[in-house]
Amino acid sequence: MSSLNTQVHHLQFFEPIQLQSGAQFGPYALAVETYGTLNADGSNAVLVCHALNASHHVAGVDEKGQLGWWDNLIGSGKCVDTNDYFVIGINNLGSCFGSTGPMSIDPNTGKPYGSNFPVLTVEDWVNTQERVANHFKIEKFAAVIGGSLGGMQALTWAILYPDRIEHCVVIASAANLSAQNIAFNQIARSAIMSDPDFHEGNFYAHGVIPNRGLRVARMVGHVTYLSDDDMAQKFGRTLRRTKNEAQDYRYSFDTEFEVESYLRYQGDKFSEYFDANTYLLITRVLDYFDPAKAHNGNLHQALSKVLAKFLVISFTTDWRFAPTRSREIVKALLDNQKEVSYAEIDAPHGHDAFLLDDSRYHELIKAYFGKIKRGKV
Amino acid sequence: MTMQIRADFAAIADWIVPHSSLLDVGCGDGQFLEFIQTEKQVKTYGVEIVDQSVLACVARGLNVIQQDLEGGLALFEDKSFDMVILSQTLQTIHQTEKILHEIARVGKECVVSFPNFAHWSHRIDVLMGRMPISKSLPYQWYDTPNVRVLTISDFELLANQIGLTILDRVVLDGGKRVNWCSNLLGSLAIYRVCSSK
Repeated sequence: MSSLNTQVHHLQFFEPIQLQSGAQFGPYALAVETYGTLNADGSNAVLVCHALNASHHVAGVDEKGQLGWWDNLIGSGKCVDTNDYFVIGINNLGSCFGSTGPMSIDPNTGKPYGSNFPVLTVEDWVNTQERVANHFKIEKFAAVIGGSLGGMQALTWAILYPDRIEHCVVIASAANLSAQNIAFNQIARSAIMSDPDFHEGNFYAHGVIPNRGLRVARMVGHVTYLSDDDMAQKFGRTLRRTKNEAQDYRYSFDTEFEVESYLRYQGDKFSEYFDANTYLLITRVLDYFDPAKAHNGNLHQALSKVLAKFLVISFTTDWRFAPTRSREIVKALLDNQKEVSYAEIDAPHGHDAFLLDDSRYHELIKAYFGKIKRGKV
Repeated sequence: MTMQIRADFAAIADWIVPHSSLLDVGCGDGQFLEFIQTEKQVKTYGVEIVDQSVLACVARGLNVIQQDLEGGLALFEDKSFDMVILSQTLQTIHQTEKILHEIARVGKECVVSFPNFAHWSHRIDVLMGRMPISKSLPYQWYDTPNVRVLTISDFELLANQIGLTILDRVVLDGGKRVNWCSNLLGSLAIYRVCSSK
């Protein structure tokens, strides 16, 4: 087996891009990682779209020693085999891992964009990704794949650029957020915006970060990514105690339960590497996503022009993006007589399942990409 | 068994119009769908609940939708397929009437096939005091996926009761067509039906 052949790119786009909001934005830069080798006719490219807090670093180990966020699925000899496919990971515009975002310096002011960074949509992201495809001279992706918010981007690719995507793989996603989902995002944003260190988004100038707000935002989000059963299994009601300590309550508000300790750890870790403005921005991108909106709420119509073949996957214990939401996408595709397969994986891990090892899930992806490859030979 | 499957496939294929649309409800590993696609260039989808079967269909490059048939076919609109196939699946479903109504709703026509429990060999087994085990009923009573026991006569009675019109019937035994005493000599019955409405 050959190596990943990882290439890191920092692509500059000088021409401003038209945004859905009506604003224009640019110039901007996107951080990109690629794996594998693009074949002569450019037919083996796979675009991987990331969700809320991930990046262009999809597979392998980077210079900081960090493993790619979808390394269990993508790599040499893996389900999406980089010996067969040229895989592209893009850090989305507005994110905080090397692409232009709220932390970047606005050339007009010489200061970080902060709250002046434009509010984006999934469509805007896909339009920026299309420019990356052009950069690599990829006319048509063999597949665009993503989970959660990444799945929304894959779906949008099929809608906006029907003839530039052969297969669309939408995992643990939905055609829009439910009121409950928007509500969770609002709680997260409120936590950040009410942190005294937020300074209306311009905290960089004050040399502080609203990490208390970010921590709470992450805690809320994280709970919604897990299933009740999964949390019961992982933590139960176990108290945080050393081996020889008594199991009595301490009657205090310090960390008593294991689950509290876990959440605090997740919150702390997250607040150290994630930008608060990016969190606001990306949760808003999620809220706004609704391809049926332009068709009076009719998803059937919104998908009428797609040409891609679809693989839609959901997980039974995912309550943030429940199987019923995936079935809406499947139904709209079926009503249009589009090519679609749908699998409902009985996995215990809630929404997070799309990032985890599950043999049924992974075998399915492997079989699907194996078939795409055989179809090309 | 292979002979039987092929005869079964061939009989159904006779009823399929080239380039039509077809839904195979309980499609298993997609063997029939792959066969009929090649044979008749039809646009096909399968519905299946078992993980391994869904995987097999995906590996074959077929459209397959994973769902439990007991819940009906809510993902599919009325008369959205030229043909809906329920091949050797009816006997595995608890909600018999519901699934028959559902396939007749979704399909302009339907094919229903099932093992005939009244085949003479099964009758002898029961007469001898044991539950039948045969090529068409290869399971022990305690590990069978079959939850409904029916015969050719039973099916025709129910079809009439619930408003299904029988358009055609083929009865097979050991891969050969049975033309007389079907309920005694046939081990597999295949019907082409449509909604009487």
